[in-house]
Amino acid sequence: MNGTSAQDRIVKWIDQRLPVFTFMEHELREYPTPKNLSYWWNFGSLAGFVLVVMIVTGVVLAMQYTPHVDYAFSSVERIMRDVNYGWLLRYIHMNGGTMFFAVVYIHIFRGLYYGSYKPPREVLWWLGLIIFLLMMATAFMGYVLPWGQMSFWGATVITNLFSAIPWVGDNIVTWLWGGFSVDNPTLNRFFSLHYLLPFVIVGVVVLHLVALHAVRSNNPLGIEMKGPQDSIPFHPYYTVKDYFGLGVFMIVFALFVFFAPNFFGEPDNYIQANPLVTPPHIVPEWYFLPFYAILRATPDIVIPFTNVILIEAKLAGVIAMFGSIVLLFFLPWLDTSPVRSARFRPVYKYFFWLFLVDAVVLGWVGGNPPEGMFIVIGRIATAYYFLHLLILMPLIGRFERPRPLPQSISEPVLKGGGRAAASASAKPMEKA
Amino acid sequence: MANSKAATGEAGAHGAGETRRDFLMLATGAVGAIGVGAVIWPLIDSMNPAADVLALASIEVDLAPVQVGQRITVKWRGKPVFIDHRTPQQIEESRKTPMSELKDPATDEQRAKKPEWLIMVGVCTHLGCIPLGQKQGDPRGPYGGWFCPCHGSVYDTAGRIRQGPAPRNLVLPDYAFLDNNRVKIG
Amino acid sequence: MRRSLFAVAVAAALSVAVAGPALAEEQGQGSPATHETSLASQKWSFSGLFGTFDQAQLKRGFEVYNNVCSACHSLKLVAYRNLSAVGLSDDEIKAIAAAKEVPGEPDDEGNPTTRKALPSDHFVPPFANDNAARAANNGALPPDLSLIIKARAGGPDYVYGILTGYGDPPAGFKMQEGLNYNAAFPGHQIAMPKPLNDDQVQYSDGTKATLDQEARDVVSFLNWAAEPELEARKRMGVKVMLFLILLTAMLYAIKRKVWADVH
Repeated sequence: MNGTSAQDRIVKWIDQRLPVFTFMEHELREYPTPKNLSYWWNFGSLAGFVLVVMIVTGVVLAMQYTPHVDYAFSSVERIMRDVNYGWLLRYIHMNGGTMFFAVVYIHIFRGLYYGSYKPPREVLWWLGLIIFLLMMATAFMGYVLPWGQMSFWGATVITNLFSAIPWVGDNIVTWLWGGFSVDNPTLNRFFSLHYLLPFVIVGVVVLHLVALHAVRSNNPLGIEMKGPQDSIPFHPYYTVKDYFGLGVFMIVFALFVFFAPNFFGEPDNYIQANPLVTPPHIVPEWYFLPFYAILRATPDIVIPFTNVILIEAKLAGVIAMFGSIVLLFFLPWLDTSPVRSARFRPVYKYFFWLFLVDAVVLGWVGGNPPEGMFIVIGRIATAYYFLHLLILMPLIGRFERPRPLPQSISEPVLKGGGRAAASASAKPMEKA
Repeated sequence: MANSKAATGEAGAHGAGETRRDFLMLATGAVGAIGVGAVIWPLIDSMNPAADVLALASIEVDLAPVQVGQRITVKWRGKPVFIDHRTPQQIEESRKTPMSELKDPATDEQRAKKPEWLIMVGVCTHLGCIPLGQKQGDPRGPYGGWFCPCHGSVYDTAGRIRQGPAPRNLVLPDYAFLDNNRVKIG
Repeated sequence: MRRSLFAVAVAAALSVAVAGPALAEEQGQGSPATHETSLASQKWSFSGLFGTFDQAQLKRGFEVYNNVCSACHSLKLVAYRNLSAVGLSDDEIKAIAAAKEVPGEPDDEGNPTTRKALPSDHFVPPFANDNAARAANNGALPPDLSLIIKARAGGPDYVYGILTGYGDPPAGFKMQEGLNYNAAFPGHQIAMPKPLNDDQVQYSDGTKATLDQEARDVVSFLNWAAEPELEARKRMGVKVMLFLILLTAMLYAIKRKVWADVH
């Protein structure tokens, strides 16, 4: 083959002026990635894919949607009934939101299990949390746009929370609403911001990837790559693995879009918003349920043995809810363990699963009315959440005896000949 | 994305394993490309006119209330359509016009399927103003047809351009008579 | 390798565990019950991966809606032209629409006018506004039915349960003035009087019009009204699933090949 084909020359011409090809070669093809990444490492690229799907479907849907209280609901139904493939775009966007959070939650819990937030990956972790916060804001505002009963009442409940802020609370809420209740000004500004924020998310994702490349990927063993024997180039190994993972993901996604598109939704949102009729149960989308449970768990904070209320239940709930996420920013310091991966942390490993169960319990509580046993369980689960982060993680890290770490990533491979052999002979060390 | 899949298959054509791998890459790339195409189509097609817009693509007009000599305007696809119930004199005048006088030659028979019903899109072919002549008291221009006030285009009783800057006669929409009293436009 | 397969298996199991009940719930089978009522799950032609509408049933259902329900319940999101999916001809649709009046353009004096409805118009509601609807129904507002199947937990099973759930209250049950006992309605006291009885309508295809038949037919029609895209959606879904399974299998084969030298 000729050294300088026409294609090579074009590539060189562009690359000299804008080094995209060198960039891709360096960051995608050559980029050293640990050779032992499991499928739990697929979820970052899946999240990126879903983000693109949401933006593309969102932009096309926005061409047909009308952000006015009198037309929003019927414009969405027009999309479902009259716009060519409108039902498909709407159901992809709707279920894409669910998929986005499902994928991101798995991605976060992967990080929690393998210590991906530990030095030198603290900033990477923070950028991820910022993306998560932006996602929550985007999803919250997006859910208001169809202007169903849940859209309206969910918006009313959550925006009302800000009134708990002392002194300026009510003014802030009026400012947020653009009026004296959730109404047309609110809907219009939510539409504007819902269109804007995903592009802010794209920006933070870029930073997230830059931060990742600065410190390189973590891996299931939690030990750093020591040399080329521990790594493989990202392309073709992880590109091909990501594509396969994407295929599996799309099968699950398509199952919901085509055969159960309203599974994650609330029937009440197919009723047009009515400010004069409150639905019997106001519930947010499933991915907000754990935070909803924490929000409703707090009682009035009183001075013991008196009736003096220090912090009202509503404000305490808001503080607890935001606190539950803010606390995660401090995780690199709350976790005192010198070892990253839970594979080598026999005590932490069980508390990790307990924490996951607690998150699921919180979600279950959030989906139920705050009555009877749900209140008790909600309070216990909320208390445990904070106990885990504030007390257990610092203590476990300090007092736990970690299992001995392997010398290097490739060492178990060299010694036993493949993961299968290693897991057979070194059961407690290698099994997740 | 499909490119990189096929591109990696280009590394070496020797060895049966390698060519099998090449084929697999190529085949998967092709299937993937079909998938991408299948995904792109709904995005593009969703921007085409939706079912409710298409439903208004044709209208039926009841001609029974329109007297001889009366002109009505109906809205069709967002534009005005002039319907003129022509008098025999207007038809006669139009028929007598020599083709040499016309900038855009057309016979009266070509302009109206049924001579007493003239149906045209009421948008001046110059720059898109709506010519006057539909209402009582409107100026009709020297030929008794229509007069465009924007730049002075003059149309005759068959809607043909006679004077002024407009290049073509008033456009004829697709139409068909369902019976003596009803016409479907579009 | 075993571990990564394990992860894939877990993901697959999780998605099946969610998807299974998801599918079931979507069709209203085994639907969530309120603490007082329990809904029997019904068989519907449009349930399942390969469900379709029975067009003859949709037509009968429309006849029930048109002759019984439309007196009080609007269907504002459906246009008359949509009825071609139900098996009505263009002329029949034109006639059904033309029987109603809609607001027209103001006349030359500026006074409001009305015109006959066209196929391109949406179903004309029976009442001019909510207040008029309430006034005619003892203060209760008959909901629009365009989305009723999607707007109620239990979907078609729920609406069928309501239509067939009228009866005498059990002994000791205190009924409020003006309300009717219904086994499926939350709280069991519904404002709507029993709408359907045997032979309430005369079906144009001659099917015997039992209460059960009428209820099933109108529920199918209402499901179509709420989800007109259902057949196209499921058809496309089957094709997409087959395509994705093929593509994913091929991607897996490539993955194994590429990774062969690492393992």
